[in-house]
This record gives sequence, C-alpha cells and structure tokens, in this order.
Amino acid sequence: MSSVTTPIDELLRGSLDHCVKCTICETQCPVSNVTPLFPGPKYAGPQAERYRVSDEPSVEWSVDYCSGCGICSMSCPQGVKIAEINAQARHKLKVQKGIPLRDRIITRPTWLGRAGTPVAPLANFTLGFRPLRVLGEKTLGVHRNGPAPKFAGRRFSRWARSHAAPATGRKIVYFHGCGTEYYEPWEGQKVVEILEHNGFRVEVPKQDCCGLPLQSSGLFDDARKVVLRLARALAPHVRDDPDTIIVGNATSCTLMLKREAREILDLENDPDLALVAERTYDICELLLELHDRGELKTDFKPVNERVAYHAPCQQQGHYIGKPALELLALIPELEVSEMNARCCGIAGTYGLKAEKYDIAMAVGADLFSQVRDSGADTVACDSETCRWQITHGTGRSSVHPIDFLHRAYGL
Amino acid sequence: MTTLSTDVLVIGGGATGAGVAWDAALRGFDVVLVDRGDLAEGTSGRFHGLVHSGGRYAVKDPKAAEECIAENRILRRIAADCIEDIGGFFVTTPWDDPAYADRFKDGCQATGVDCEEIDPALSLREEPRLNPDISRVFRVPDANIDVWKTVWAMAHGAQDRGARVLPYHAAVAFRRDGDRVTGARVRGARTGEEIDVEARVTVNASGAWAGRVADLAGIEGVRVLPGRGIMIAMNHRLVNTCVNRCQMPTDGDILVPIRTVCVIGTTDEHTGDPDDHTVRESEVDAMLDDGEKLVPGFRQARALRVWTGVRPLFEDAKASDTSTRDVTRAHALLDHDQRDGVTGFVTITGGKLTTFRLMAEETMNAVCRQLGEHRPCTTQTEPLPGSEQREHYRLGERLERKEEHLSGAQLICECEMVTRGKLEDAIRRRATTNLDDIRRLLRLGMGPCQGGFCIYRATGVLHGLDGLSAEQADAALQHFLQERWKGIWPILYGDQLRQARLDDWIFQGVLGVAHTPSSDGDRSAA
Repeated sequence: MSSVTTPIDELLRGSLDHCVKCTICETQCPVSNVTPLFPGPKYAGPQAERYRVSDEPSVEWSVDYCSGCGICSMSCPQGVKIAEINAQARHKLKVQKGIPLRDRIITRPTWLGRAGTPVAPLANFTLGFRPLRVLGEKTLGVHRNGPAPKFAGRRFSRWARSHAAPATGRKIVYFHGCGTEYYEPWEGQKVVEILEHNGFRVEVPKQDCCGLPLQSSGLFDDARKVVLRLARALAPHVRDDPDTIIVGNATSCTLMLKREAREILDLENDPDLALVAERTYDICELLLELHDRGELKTDFKPVNERVAYHAPCQQQGHYIGKPALELLALIPELEVSEMNARCCGIAGTYGLKAEKYDIAMAVGADLFSQVRDSGADTVACDSETCRWQITHGTGRSSVHPIDFLHRAYGL
Repeated sequence: MTTLSTDVLVIGGGATGAGVAWDAALRGFDVVLVDRGDLAEGTSGRFHGLVHSGGRYAVKDPKAAEECIAENRILRRIAADCIEDIGGFFVTTPWDDPAYADRFKDGCQATGVDCEEIDPALSLREEPRLNPDISRVFRVPDANIDVWKTVWAMAHGAQDRGARVLPYHAAVAFRRDGDRVTGARVRGARTGEEIDVEARVTVNASGAWAGRVADLAGIEGVRVLPGRGIMIAMNHRLVNTCVNRCQMPTDGDILVPIRTVCVIGTTDEHTGDPDDHTVRESEVDAMLDDGEKLVPGFRQARALRVWTGVRPLFEDAKASDTSTRDVTRAHALLDHDQRDGVTGFVTITGGKLTTFRLMAEETMNAVCRQLGEHRPCTTQTEPLPGSEQREHYRLGERLERKEEHLSGAQLICECEMVTRGKLEDAIRRRATTNLDDIRRLLRLGMGPCQGGFCIYRATGVLHGLDGLSAEQADAALQHFLQERWKGIWPILYGDQLRQARLDDWIFQGVLGVAHTPSSDGDRSAA
C-alpha cells in the first residue's frame, strides 16, 4: 500500500510513456559512455521508473552516478523528462541512505563564500595545499585534485553598492549568482558595464544561492528553501513593471530559475518563482535578442585572438541555441572555434566528489583534447564550474563569452 | 504408443488444474497433468491479476465474498512470493449510486471482508492520479498475483513429488470401461505422438472448455457459457493500489496495478466459442472511458496492450440467455458418479482465480470419496515452492537484482529486465523453442516496446543454445511477433502507435523479417 506521493512525481513520471526505447539518450550520455557505474539514462530513467513505487525503499545506488547534466532530456526526440526522473530517484536514494557531510558542505556556495572571502589568502592556500587536500579527500570525500575555485577576497555586491549607476536608462535586474559574488566578481562588473553601455540601468538586489547544487545532490528540501528565498528576493523588483526582466551570467543558475526548480522540486505553483522564471534571461540570450531587434551597440573593436567556445550542458538546457557563438561572431578578427564535445564532466559539484572525479575527467577528456588541438589560448564558456574544470583539464584560461564583448567594446 | 499409469489425470493446466495437481501430489497421489497448450495460457493467464478481497461480491453474492476473503488470506500465506500486497480502494465516483457505499460497508461487515472507510483526501495523497471528485473511499486487502509464477510453482512442487506435467498435450479420446472412465489418450502437439494415460480418476479442469472435454468423455449436458472480457494494460502503474468502483459489479470498474503495468478490466459478453479473442473498437473505447472516470487523463496515458479472457460460467437451470454476469460466478463441482452414474471422472469449472485453491481442495475431496480413501488436504498451510520465506513480492526486485550485477549481466529484455542468464536458464528448463512460453515465465517482451528490442536478441540466444536451424529460429521470431501484434493493433493510438512504427522499421525495415526463409511448422507447438 502506498504512503504519500507528491504530484510532481506523477507529472515527470508520466513522460516515461513517450519512451520508445530508441536509445538515443544512451548514445549521448557523457557519463555512461565512460563508466559502467552508471547504467545510462534510458535504464535509470524511463526504464527503472516503472519499477519504482513511492513508498518502497530505493533499491539502486547507480542512479547516484548520473551527473545531472541533462543531455538526455535535451536529446530525447520523444520528450521524456529523463534527467528529471533521474533527479527524483537520486533524491529518494539520498534521503534514504543519508546525505554525506561533504554533500551538505560543497552544495552551499553561500556558506563557503562567506567563510572564505574574509580569509581568502588563507582559504586559497588551504585549497591549494596538497597535504590538506589529501586530508580533505580522506575525511570528506572531496577529491584532492578537484577543481576548487579561488576566493576573490572581495564580493561583487560590495562593488555594486559603491558603483555609480546611471540615473536614467531602462531598468534591468541583475542576478549574479554565487560564482560572481565570491569567486569572479570581475565577471559581474563586466556584465554591468556592458548593460550600461547598451543603455540599461542595472539594479542588483540583495540575493543568495539558487539552490542548484543542493538540488543536483538530491537535497531537495534544502534546495526548495533556498530557491524560494531567492525568488522572494527577486520577484518584488520585477512585479510592478511587465517590461522589467532579470538577467544572469551563471547559465546553470538561470536555468534553475527558469525551469529546473519548478519541474524537479515541485514548485510549479509558487507565484513568485513563476514570475521570476518567466522574466529570467541568460545574458547571451538577452544580448542576442537585442541585436536581433537592432538595439545592441555594435561598436566592437577588433580582437585579434583565437578562442575555443564550449556550450555547457546547462546552457543547452535553456533551449535557446548557442547565442554566445553568434555574439562572438560580431567581434571583428576574433577567430572562434566551436568545440564539438558533449560535456566537460564537472556537472556542478559532481567532479569534485572523490568517487566521481575520475569519471568527470574521463567525460571531459574529449573536450580537453579538442581545446588543446584548437590552438586557442582561451576558452569561452557560459558556466563558471565548467570553466574551472576546463582550465583544470587543459591548463588554458577560461572566461565567460561576455569577456570578449567587454574587451571589444573597449570598456 | 507410450503408456502411463497414474492415480489422477488432470486435464487442464490453468490455476485450477495445476492447483488440483499440487493438492493431489501433497496428498500423496501420483499425478499426470496435461494441457492442450502451455500452462496458464488460457483463462488463468488472461485476467487482470487481482486477488479479490471479497468486496466486489459483498453485496451481490455474500458467499463468494466469504470465499474470497478466506482464500485471499490463505494465498498471502502459501503463495507469498507470487503476491504483491498492493491493497485496494473501493471508491464512489460521481457516476456511482451514493447509496451503494453504505450497503457495501454493511456487506463487508456481514461477510467478514476487512474494510475501513478512509478520508478521500488521504486516498488522494496516496494515489494522486485518482479522480479528485470521489466522495467515499474504503480500504480493503486486495492483492495482485503473478499467475504464471503461481501455476509453475504448483507444477514444480507436484513434479518434485513425482507428478508428470505435460503441456502441449491435448486429450483426444477417453478410456472407458463401461460406466468407468479409466483415463485418456493425449496427443503431443509438437511430436504428434500419442500417450495412453491410465488413471484411477480423471479430473476435467478445463474451465471454459469443460463442456467440450465432458462431451469427449461421453458425458452430456455439461454446459459452460464462455463470458468474454477485455482487459487493457497501461504502460506503467498509474496507481499503486488496486482501485475498484464502489457500485454493483459492472464493466471497466477495476484498475489493478500488477508488476510494471496496471490493468483495467473488464467487459462481460457471452460468446459461443471459448477461443474467440475478438476485440471490438467500441469495447476499447468504453474501457478507456471507464478508466477516465477512475483516473482523469487515462486516455492520454499509454495503453500497452489489450487482450481477452473467457470466464467459465457454469449454466444452471435458471440461467438467463444474454448477460453472463448474472450466471453463477460460484464454481461448480460435478461428481459424475452422483450426477451421471459414471465413476472415475470429476469436472470442476466456473469460479474465479481467487478461489482456485478452494476449488482444487473440493475437487480432490470428491476424488478421495470416489477412491474411498481419506487423505486430508494440506494446501491451505503448505507454502508453494519459492514462497517458503513468506515474503511478498516487491516491484523493485528485478531492479535490485540487476544493480548487483550492473555491468556483468547482459539485459536481453530491457523493459522487463530479463537478463541473458535468466533467458538461457528458462530455455533450457522448458526445453522449448516457443518464445511465448518463455514470455510467460519471464515476462520477456511484455514491456513498452512489446518485443521490439528484445525478441531479435532472444531469437539469437535461442538459436545459439538450441541448435535450431536458421529457418526455425526465424519462425520462432515471426510467431512471437504475430502473437504480440494481436494485442497491439486494437489500441494503435498515441505513444503505442509511435512504438509500433519504430518496431515495424526495425523488423520490416532493418531486419526484413517478412522475407526471411522460415519453416512453416506450427510454432505454438513446442
């Protein structure tokens, strides 16, 4: 007899009816192609789901090896919500088997950021100090070589508060996310300057994590609290004016706000989140739309460089094509080569975990060799964790695509 | 001609016949069990899988309700491994007479059917897809049962005690010695060879075919009305609890979750021929409408397969001529010594799957009476082979087993998680070349793709193991596809239509099965 089922289980589960077993998702899955530990998206998703009963205990550990990249859902020609079904199953497994301390720590960028920023030199030393990393691997299960980012030592929001915004211009709300706040505040400055250059008046509300790291590690209850707190913080800034939108440069976090939180965390009915989801744009999506309407300034100076562009899985999950490629193409003399690889492997925090690090590196191997073969010195990529992984895997520097726009504008 | 000598010859290898063989073997009799086809290929293998709580009959047929709840409790003990404890709801939908609910409650109390009224809101939390407009809900101890597993468990249990089990052996003539039946001659469908089975008592347990078998024995007037009903399996479990409409029994009022699917049933229509498997479009349509009343959105969910089963309804003197639902659902035991003055012959027919054990017990009591031997029945306490642990089956078992050998065990049937090892075991054990026999043992090809991705693999395995010629292997493949197709074409819409197209491209487009050289042999004969 059943106990309690949440309706979202049923909504996602229902999509398994569309599966015709074609196996396209399995040919595309970056993880199952490099390890036998994950049996593949078709197996773990629509196939295994038929054996899951809400009140029976979870019987699989293998679904934990799904990185949650979402390529399966994207590649499914029949519209099966494969990655989302897997996320639900992973959540159930985690709740039942207990959530490791590691997962509770590395999924909270706000805690880490607040703790690390004031003592950035020490924290960065610690993260770079091998004996301590070995200790961290043995005690916590964070792989010694995992690409941990460096604390910037200053916060983006502090810069934003002291930044003199233009008095006029079209209002836009900037969701910068934790990566910009604690690790790459300069990316946020560039976003603001590009938007101002194009006539926007940028508002930076007080904000926090979107909950994606928690969600992808199966900590759904915590993820719900966190994403709703963010929705409550952002919604008042757009509610009264139907033309005001939210823009973000952390592509996985904007995807969380647009779609994933609502679908995976059963938050379809939250009005604040619905409003935020409807108004949120990825930065490249917005800029390309402006360009299509003839509203983007194109006073780009030549940038005589070679760049390799990798569209991260989460960016592709927006279903907006690859706007960064089209934007980069606007810059005179910039030579852009598009990487034809599936995934860098990191999938947020997946590649940091000791038991998954090697898998993540094997997933990324194809991309890494393409980057090296491209002859580019720099890699452009929309997601910060992917950038860190690419730099880790290739030794090449990596930036958000807007870096090149910023340089070409001469800002 | 081979001759066999035995105490009890059982004709009919459905739940009842296998139950009689198991009961007889436990009482220490030597047994031969024959069926014209595979075990549980007829009515037993063609039902929705529900072990009734008795609630369905609580108002209309109190005796049946009492039998059901008693047998339900026994089956949970003796066939635990074949049974999943899903529980059941009786729900009052807007289409049901609201006054029936109180009669239902009283009926359950009077017949001893465990029944607890619960808040509809609670039932909706447990089963979120259920129609939110239900007004009353009663919880009852419904269960589901894997009939093939049950029947084979009884057959193996009997074999362990010396019984001989002969599927694909049809009775072609009876042995008579004056007013005594002394066994029958059976013919192997594959070999064509006849076996003369001499038996002290012959049990006619052929269900809807019991009239024909009795005729063959020269017994007149055993009339069994086949009542044809259709069932539709949906692609996955829309509910995890059996859902019954709280009303007088009618069409399309039960939705049973069993294994990876859920089954809605059923209709009830008189047919002259128990082998009539017609499915009419209007019946499918009506069934989907009924599903919609229980689970809104039912028509958008994926229907996997439709099939028909024929109930054996024994006609008594008062039987009306049109609706079979009013003909007695109770089982009928005919002691032909008392009825016709013919000894050595007993017919058991009618009844329902839930009470098969009771039917077998009563049958063997009659056999003992005829033989003048007192041997008590023990089937109510003796667990079936495989059920000794008394733990109920859980849906996740195959998934769990596969996790233990994730990269080691090759999956042949992905939908139903049949590994190569299991398939090879089953082929060897059954010594069959008929993939449909293997399907009943393993659920091979019973999932969403209906064999689309596993049957060519299974054929390859069969070919490799059995030393079949390429032509025979092709014929096995084609036979299986034909059998699957019968259940797919009447529900070709939506997702299953897309699946059928893909399967068609695989088999016709890529493999060209229609043009493979194959033998013309009857593949239903194993």
